[in-house]
Amino acid sequence: AEVEETLKRIQAHKGVVGTIVINAEGIPIRTTLDNSTTVQYAGLLHQLTMKAKSTVRDIDPQNDLTFLRIRSKKHEIMVAPDKEYLLIVIQNPCE
Amino acid sequence: ELKEEFTRILTANNPHAPQNIVRYSFKERAYKPISYVDQMAIHFSLNGNMILKDSDEGRRQHVRTAAEKAPIETSAVISEEAEIKDEESTGDTQAAGEEEAEGSGTAEGAEAAEAEEPSPAKVKEQKLANQFNFIERASRTLNNPMRERACQSEPTPCKNFSDTANQWEIYDAYVEELQKIERSKEKEKQKGQTARKEEEKKKGKKLTSLESQGDDLTKISKAAKIMERMVNQNTFDDIAQDFKYFEDASDEYRNQQGTLLPLWKFQYAETKRLAVTAISWNPKYKDLFAVGYGSYDFMKQGQGMLLLYTMKNPSFPEYVFSSESGIMCLDFHNNHPSLVAVGFYDGNVAVYNLKKATSQPSYKSGAKSGKHTEPVWQVKWQKDDLDNNLNFFSVSSDGRIVSWTLVKNELVHTDVIKLSVEGTTMQEPEGLQLQILGGGTSFDFHKKIDYLFLVGTEEGKIYKCSKCYSSQFLDVFEAHHMAVDSVSWNPYHLKVFISCSSDWTVKIWDHTIKTPMFVYDLRSAVGDVAWAPYSSTVFAAVTANGKAHVFDLNINKYEALCTQLVVPKKKNKITHIQFNPVYPVVIIGDEQGHITSLKLSPNLRKMPKEKKGQEVKKGPEVEIAKLEKLLNLVREPESKA
Repeated sequence: AEVEETLKRIQAHKGVVGTIVINAEGIPIRTTLDNSTTVQYAGLLHQLTMKAKSTVRDIDPQNDLTFLRIRSKKHEIMVAPDKEYLLIVIQNPCE
Repeated sequence: ELKEEFTRILTANNPHAPQNIVRYSFKERAYKPISYVDQMAIHFSLNGNMILKDSDEGRRQHVRTAAEKAPIETSAVISEEAEIKDEESTGDTQAAGEEEAEGSGTAEGAEAAEAEEPSPAKVKEQKLANQFNFIERASRTLNNPMRERACQSEPTPCKNFSDTANQWEIYDAYVEELQKIERSKEKEKQKGQTARKEEEKKKGKKLTSLESQGDDLTKISKAAKIMERMVNQNTFDDIAQDFKYFEDASDEYRNQQGTLLPLWKFQYAETKRLAVTAISWNPKYKDLFAVGYGSYDFMKQGQGMLLLYTMKNPSFPEYVFSSESGIMCLDFHNNHPSLVAVGFYDGNVAVYNLKKATSQPSYKSGAKSGKHTEPVWQVKWQKDDLDNNLNFFSVSSDGRIVSWTLVKNELVHTDVIKLSVEGTTMQEPEGLQLQILGGGTSFDFHKKIDYLFLVGTEEGKIYKCSKCYSSQFLDVFEAHHMAVDSVSWNPYHLKVFISCSSDWTVKIWDHTIKTPMFVYDLRSAVGDVAWAPYSSTVFAAVTANGKAHVFDLNINKYEALCTQLVVPKKKNKITHIQFNPVYPVVIIGDEQGHITSLKLSPNLRKMPKEKKGQEVKKGPEVEIAKLEKLLNLVREPESKA
């Protein structure tokens, strides 16, 4: 499907280390990383995203979280929440 | 001592009876001795069971024993025994009074014994309760061994549930309620409709449930799209920063010259062999633009593509459409930004609807429906006609300008004008007049005057036409020596337009004057020219030698402010240029199928300087005035000459 292609393109993009798709319960559905890392990322980021979403909506209930970016020394973790799913991409922004 | 007499007295005193019984008297609240102590001593007592003969019981018994004859001897024996006992008892006791009582008691007992003995066997008569002797007889039942038996019911299923009540959860709940109410209202309204629709809804519901079970990933499409853009933003981070914030500071030293800063490059694998034939920005989404691909080469005609890119995602197009024939031109509808009109090399026109998922056009003309016989060089949307149908115009080398109307599912065409070349109507022997039609290569509609438009032709002439007159032109300009590639009205000034041609020139005209106001020779075939949307005096032109020229008439009337090589020279000609309506960005398309975006440096975007104390007037009037001033300068010497 188109979505598959998009995901493939993201994965093939310069600097992208891995992509993970998580469902609403925090269980990874699709991943390009190894199992332990995936599970770790999934659990931690799921909680963080829920917290961030809750924060945004608490301040203004009509608002909603569109995406979350965490930039660290080594790479950048980007999270795009959806109604039922969570898409996580880890990228090395080449600078 | 042995002769001492001991007297023995017989008294009636009981030697065993106590002699000084003391009893507590409540009356006197003291212990008092009882005066008289009972001296009776009982030596023997026997409970007898004698009944008076004349009493009820005695008579009953007598009746019972009437049938049986009891030997008297036994009774006599018994009575004798009783008497003996009497004597014994009297012999023992010494109290006279008791004797009588005993005697009578025993006599009665003997009688009762007499009466009772003969009747042991008779069971018929009621057994009377024993009056004298209550015998208690108890028995104990066996205790059953106790066994404990317990039963436990199944516990009701419990589930732990926890949740937080946030502001937004409450809000969400309210919103859901609202939606439910709305839906129920809708259902009520729709109850009057036929059963078919209900069935359709049911089918629809079934489909949606199937879909939800099916491909789970389709739901991520939105998130995936955002993610792709984020990833791209990261990769092209420096370009994005440049786009937003970079202003070339060296422009101050450049003496009014400007530069074009290259930003993103858009390419797609399948369009590598195709040339960019048309570019257009979307009127609604300022970062979305459409690119048409085809080929200018007469010999090499292949398929065409229509791609829509957004500046947010430079690595992959948002929409891709392919067609059998090369696309030559395209146009977005101003009010319906999802409709794109497209003209093909084979003379057809089509309308694509971006909102629909198909890669096929929503409307397409065909040989029967009046397609052009030559490539369509330009299409432009017009205002809706009287029936509120969308319509657009197309111009082609076959000399016809055709108006297409979208009626229901079809394209209906109407010939507006036939471009006849003046002075070439030949007289045939039979008296028919042959019209040789010139080929139209570009046209542009006036912004304010609806019916007025300009057409550039292959012969180099520009015709000013009106939609109302189908056979005559309003005016003719002898513009160029070669085909007019592009003609465009000034966005602010109502009278000025610009034209460019493969004869290396760009000319600016006032449509009331037959000769051009400004002429620029760019040393190479000019592919396209475009006015800047922010200023009436700025325009840009692209030439076949890969250079882009930007002019600002306000600053320099004769020379370009910026002449920059945009694409590598070899084998690559620039074909089109377009200004972004909002951002200071131009996009340039070339023959290799690449799109380059460039940022205009500040020198190229100069607005008139404010004099101290004066307000800066912004708006079209300023622009018009600016241009007027310039034109006047040019016109005056001409009129004098």
